[in-house]
Order: sequence, then C-alpha cells, then structure tokens
Amino acid sequence: MSAFTGTWRLTRLALRRDRIRLGIWILGTPLLGYALAASVAGVYPDDAARHGYATTSASSLVARAFNGPIAGTDLGAVVVAETYATLAVLVALLSTFAVVRHTRQNEETGRAELLGASVVGRYALLTAALLVVVGANVLAAAGLALALALAGAGLPLAGSVAAAAAIGGVGVAFTGVAAVTAQLTVTSRGANALAAAAVGLAFLLRAAGDVFGEQSADGTRVVSAWPSWVSPMGWGNQVRAYTGERWWTLALPVALLAAAVALAYALARRRDLGAGLFAARRGPGRAATWLLSPAGLAWRLQRGALLGWAVGVGVLGVSMGVAADEFNAMIAENPAAAEAIAAMGGGGELVDGYLAAMLGLYALAIGAYVVQALLRVRADEADGVLEAVLATAVSRRRWLGTQVGAALLGATALLLFGGVTTGLGYGLVDGDPAGKALALGGAAALRLPALLVVAGVVTALFGLLPRWSVALSWTALMVFLLLGQLGAVLELPQAALDLSPYTHVPAAPAVDPTAPPLVVLTAVAAALLVAGAAAFRHRDTPR
Amino acid sequence: MAVIAIDKLVKTFGAVRALDELDLRVEAGEVHGFLGPNGAGKSTTIRILLGLLRRDSGEARVLDADPWRDAVRLHRRLAYVPGDVSLWPNLTGGEAIDLLGKLRGGLDRRRRDELLERFDLDPTRTCRTYSKGNRQKVAIVAAFASDVELYVLDEPTSGLDPLMESVFQEQVRRIRGEGGTVLLSSHVLAEVEALCDRVSIIREGRTVESGTLTELRHLTRTAVTVETARPLTGLAELPGVHSVRETGGRTHLEVEPAHLDELLGHLVRFGVRALTSAPPTLEQLFLRHYGAEGAAVAEQRATETPAALR
Ligand SMILES: Nc1ncnc2c1ncn2[C@@H]1O[C@H](COP(=O)(O)OP(=O)(O)OP(=O)(O)O)[C@@H](O)[C@H]1O
Ligand SMILES: [Mg+2]
Repeated sequence: MSAFTGTWRLTRLALRRDRIRLGIWILGTPLLGYALAASVAGVYPDDAARHGYATTSASSLVARAFNGPIAGTDLGAVVVAETYATLAVLVALLSTFAVVRHTRQNEETGRAELLGASVVGRYALLTAALLVVVGANVLAAAGLALALALAGAGLPLAGSVAAAAAIGGVGVAFTGVAAVTAQLTVTSRGANALAAAAVGLAFLLRAAGDVFGEQSADGTRVVSAWPSWVSPMGWGNQVRAYTGERWWTLALPVALLAAAVALAYALARRRDLGAGLFAARRGPGRAATWLLSPAGLAWRLQRGALLGWAVGVGVLGVSMGVAADEFNAMIAENPAAAEAIAAMGGGGELVDGYLAAMLGLYALAIGAYVVQALLRVRADEADGVLEAVLATAVSRRRWLGTQVGAALLGATALLLFGGVTTGLGYGLVDGDPAGKALALGGAAALRLPALLVVAGVVTALFGLLPRWSVALSWTALMVFLLLGQLGAVLELPQAALDLSPYTHVPAAPAVDPTAPPLVVLTAVAAALLVAGAAAFRHRDTPR
Repeated sequence: MAVIAIDKLVKTFGAVRALDELDLRVEAGEVHGFLGPNGAGKSTTIRILLGLLRRDSGEARVLDADPWRDAVRLHRRLAYVPGDVSLWPNLTGGEAIDLLGKLRGGLDRRRRDELLERFDLDPTRTCRTYSKGNRQKVAIVAAFASDVELYVLDEPTSGLDPLMESVFQEQVRRIRGEGGTVLLSSHVLAEVEALCDRVSIIREGRTVESGTLTELRHLTRTAVTVETARPLTGLAELPGVHSVRETGGRTHLEVEPAHLDELLGHLVRFGVRALTSAPPTLEQLFLRHYGAEGAAVAEQRATETPAALR
C-alpha cells in the first residue's frame, strides 16, 4: 500500500460532502465577476471617467491600501482595482477553511481515524483535500475568466485570463498555507485561526507595499514597494492583468503551493494521526477559583483567541495610524490629488475619511471575531459538552447569556483597542498621541452597534436553525462584507445595502454621529438576541 | 414517593418514534437497571429526565419536579454521567471535575481526591489526551464526588477496565448504603446482576418488562434435557411445555416454572436415565426481550447449554 492509497476515494467523499459549498463557490465567483465587470463598465464608460478614477486611485492612500495599485486607465485596470482585493480575501478564506475542513477537522472528529484504519495511505487525506480545493480554485478561475471576457464591455480575453488566474493564484497560495497550518495545531479552530492570520498578514503587507509605492509620472499608475512582493495577496496585482501582463508572476503562487505541500507532507510524516506538532503539556490538577463559573470558563476558552486578535488589531492599528501621517504629507505635496479626493466625497478633513475607512475595516474584521467566538456555542452543542453543562445547575438562559456577553465584551475591547492604537500611531508621528487615541477610541466605539447585530444574527440562527447556524452565520458576515465592499460598484439598490448593519454605523470621525441609526441597530440586535434565546430555551439540543 | 415517575412518554425525532408510551418508575433508595437493545430509547429517556430534550407527550417527573421547567433546581439534586463523555479539550481532567462539580452546586473535596486515587486518574493531563476510559472516569468522579439524591448514569462503565469496573461497583454500593438512588443504563449484564435491585427492559421505545431479577426469572422458562428408557410421548399435551426437540435419543424442551412439577410427574413414567435442567441465565433472560432474533438466540443457547455441560 502506498502513502497515497485511497486518495481518489477520499476525494470523491469530500466532493460529495461539499457539493453545495463547492457549487456555490465555483458558480458564484464567475457570476459575481460578471456583475462587477458589467457594472464598472457602466460607471466608468469613457476614457475621461477612467482617467479621473485612475488619478484619484493612484493618489489616494485609502484606495491604495484597500484596492491595491491601480495599473492604468484601461477599463480592465479599473475593474481589477475595484474588485481584486475583495475577491482575493474571499478566495483566500474559502480555500483556507476548505482545506482545514477536509484535513484537521476530520482528524479532530475522529473521522480520519475511522478512514485511516481502512485502506487509506498516510498522505491520502491531505492529498484529497488539496485536489478538491485546488480543483475548485482552477474551475472558479476558469469560469471567472470566461465571465470577465463575456461581460460585454470589451475586456480582452488575455487580460481576463490573467485577472482570473491572479485571483485563482491567491486561492492556490492559501491552499498551501492552510495545508501547513492544518499539520501544526490539534484543533481545526487553531488551524483556521493560524491560516486566517496569514491571510490578514498578507493583506497588511500588500496594503503597506502599495501605500509606500510610487505614483507614476502621469499620475495614473502605482508601482508597488517591496512588501507587496512578499505577500501572496500582492502577487495577483503584479500580474498586471489588462495592462501588459507579466505572466511569469503567476508562477509565484504555484511555487508557494509546491513548497508548502512538500513541507506539509514532511510534517505529516513526522507526526501521529490526530496529534499536532507541539507535544501535549500538563496543567493544574485543580481548577483555579475564577474558572469555576460559566463566565470564568468562557474567559478561559476565549482568552487565547482574544490575545491573538489583539496582537493583530494592534499591529494593524499602529501601522495604519502611522500611515495616516503619510497621508497628510502627501496631500500637502499634491493639492491636485487633494481636490480629486475631496471631489469623491468625504468632506471635512481628508485624513478623517481615511481614518473612518480604517475603523470601518476593523469593525468588519472584528465581526469575524464575534462570529467565531459565538459559534463556540454551536460547537459545544455539537460535540456534547453543552449537555454536560446543562445537566448541571446552569440554566440555558444563563449559559447562552454568558457566551454572548463574553463575545461582545471581547469585541468591544478589540474595537476600542483598534481605535486607540490607530490614534497612538497617528499621534506618535503627528503629535498629541493621548488626545488622538481618545478621539479615535471613541469613534471606533460607535461601530459597536453593528457588532451587536452580528451577534444577534448568530444567536438567532443558533436558536432557530442550530444545524445550519455555522454555515449561515459565516454566509451572513460574508454578505455584509460584499455589500459593503462591492455594493456601490454593483450599483445595488439602497434597500439591499441597508441589509448590512455596517451600512448604518456613522463613518466617524469623517461624519458626525447621529443617534437614530445607533438606536435602531441596537434595537434590532436586541430583538435578534431575544428571539435566539427564546428559541434555544424551547428546543432540543441536537448534535 | 417515586424518585422517577414516567407515564406514557412519547418522543419523536421527525419520522422516528424514539419513545412510544414508555413507562418507568424508580423508587427512592434503589439501584434501578435500565436495559434494552441499541436504539431502544434509553439515552433519549435519560435526556428527557435531564431536561435536555422536550417530551412530545406523556408525563415525566423527577424528584417530584418537572424536568423541563424546573431543570436548574432539579440539577442541584442529581448528577449525570453521559455514555459518551465530551470534555473541554484544553482543560485538565482536574479542572473539568472541579468545574462540573461547582456548576452543579459544589463537591466534596476529600471524596474527589479519594476517587481520583481509587480510579487511578491523573488530573493534570489535558482532556484532549485522555483515552475514552479516562474521559469516562472524569465524568464518574465529578458525579460521585457530589452529594446528591439521584445519580443518572448512562452506560457509565463503557470503556472501563475490569479493575475500574469493580471500583465503580463499590462506589454504587456506597451510594446505596447512604440512601441514594441510582438509574443505571447498561449493557454489562454482570454489572446489572451485581448492582441492581430492580430492572426495566425497554424495546423500541416501550417498556416490555419491569421488576426484580427474581421476578423476571420466574417469568422465564427453564430449559430441560432428558433421556428416558422408553420413547417419550404425550409431551405436547402437557401445559406450559414448549419447543420440544429430539436429537440422538435425548429430548430438549422448555417449561414454564409453574408447570415444572407436572412435567416431572410425566417424565418418571418413561424411566428417566439422565436429566438436566437449567434456570435461564441472565443473558437468556435479556436476549429473549431484546427482539425476535434475541429470542431465537436465547432458545438455541437454552437447549445447547445442558448438552454441552455433559
Ligand atoms: N437527535 C436525534 N435525531 C434523530 N433520531 C434520534 C436522535 N436521538 C436519538 N434518535 C433515535 O432514537 C432512537 C433511540 O435512541 P437512543 O439513543 O435513546 O437509544 P439507546 O437505547 O440509548 O441506544 P444505545 O444502547 O445504542 O445507547 C434511535 O432510533 C435513534 O436513532
Ligand atoms: Mg444510549
């Protein structure tokens, strides 16, 4: 029996298990791409409009950080600028979760052991996962290439293939990353967290490289600085789809995949089934007093993740804060750009628009923390720990309330921390760190109602549709993300944009906050929380 | 007062009728065996008794309270060991025991340490690294270290080695000695025979038998094998005689305990050369209740065993 025996059988099993998810991924990506391209073509129909867009994008640090380096005034370049960064994050996360789901999660739940005892080679599980996820990326990219070329707006085929391959390449690169993280940790939660942190880091490096990049002489292009070149998320931009493709850059993600897979195989060879790379340690034989309550337990179980998030948010905050000062410097040098940005809206101090966009980004990312922390309730229910707790003198209301409270407390802390560190970073180079930290901490806190709604959605789903709550909660967050990032490009009706709680939080400090949206969001969140808790109190606890 | 009183309990999962008018009564101070084949509905019943599942219809009362509505109050007075113990993977066994005990309302520290020693469990290892048997021990120690009135144990010893099984039995006896009540679901018949005052057997969501082991034995036929000088006749007409078979000059049959006397009176007239009679073993007794196949297996064993002994 070779180490790969059974790969094909496991691949078919994985395909069967994930047929719906994969179907949505492979068909949804081209559909989204088609809609986006068609709509960008509508918004920027002529050279003049696109020239304006390119100049603004190349000058604006916000646009550089979020959308990447604009590559010129061609329609294709505008389409890429408007869509690439979001699709890249999406594809990276989809690939990550899919790999972990078919490797570490199988080991964690003991399914792999069951399979391993039958005729299955040591590498079969990992190989099957890689085949499925790389295959999905290739198919989705092929569909996307076709969709872009067919979008009817005169996008050339070669460029469309390059753009789609760039996005597929991001997926392929993070397939490799997740293959490695799945070998390192014992839990799928840990493997997902590590891989997601890698996605975040790649985004940050890419953003930094583009913020510190150089604007071309004609003002319509950006040449990225080196950090973009060490980020798999940045490689896709360097393909320069539609503007003189550099095909060789597509080899970068493939090389990363090859190296990562070799490493993953080596790790898999070295460890036991179910084990991680780090040996299990011993712990206290008695519980500390603080642990002995639902709240203590929640803190104990969440603190690791919270710490990891705090580090990520802090790094992001300080670096984005420092970049805010760069922003001021650039505007001082380039009044024309300042005018262009002012024309795009925002008003008030330009740097405030940038800071507001950053705080919005934190709120979106911390939404993922809320979902992840709160979905522990479903994980506990599914693996039976919840039954052990509910069989003690802890009521369902108290248990769920504690979990929701803990998740929200963590989210609030992260949000404030993000605002404060941004203010500190900004203040350290621009003066008055304490004042700026306070002001931005306050501005960040105004985003909390959106997170309350996210918590409400997860709780309601957990109460009403426990078996579907994991998939649906992440879907909801992804929809919020897409509405926020792509809704405007797609020219979606306001009613659709209004579905996302993030649409309603005031863009402080660029905009003065008003109470009504915050009150309404809080009321909606309260209603969702109550509905979820009530449903939970009246239902069984299914595995 | 009955500690557990269930009447016509019904629970359905979609199309599956897991409990179909189940009845169960557990009196204070007894160790009550709860038996039945896989999927009979034992765990479902227990989950309803703990307020983890909602019943569709019927009555269920535990310690004179409603298990769904009064769950929290009730849970201070009972301890539960699930059949398939899940724990927090990154807590140590000791932490998990303390936590479960405290959430229930506190545990006896001295007894906790004593139990850890008796069960030979290392409390400093994380739950992730425990074997199935050791996870089971964590739940058992957490339950037995609490001073409660009722212990609900769902296959608590699945995965324990024989030595630990005997420690477990010793603890159940201690609880009974102190006046506690135990509901014990189990597939280990030796354990049931050693511990239980009364048993209830359920099948497909219904109670098929309930009583002391002696009572149950009386309901079951005795297997008889006989060899006579003259050919045996007239057996079929005798009351209470069943499953008559002839092999190699020997006759195998089963007889209801109440009619044993008449059978013997009949047999002596044919010149008995050899006779064995075996009361039903516990295994036969249960197999008979475990379904049509079980009954067939039980019948076969009943007729084979005496022959094999000779
Ligand atoms: N959550 C559920 N959803 C659907 N069916 C269920 C669920 N829980 C139990 N069942 C079904 O109810 C029936 C009774 O199951 P239960 O677990 O109570 O059996 P059991 O007597 O404990 O069996 P075992 O001896 O194997 O532990 C089975 O047919 C089972 O498949
Ligand atoms: Mg069971």
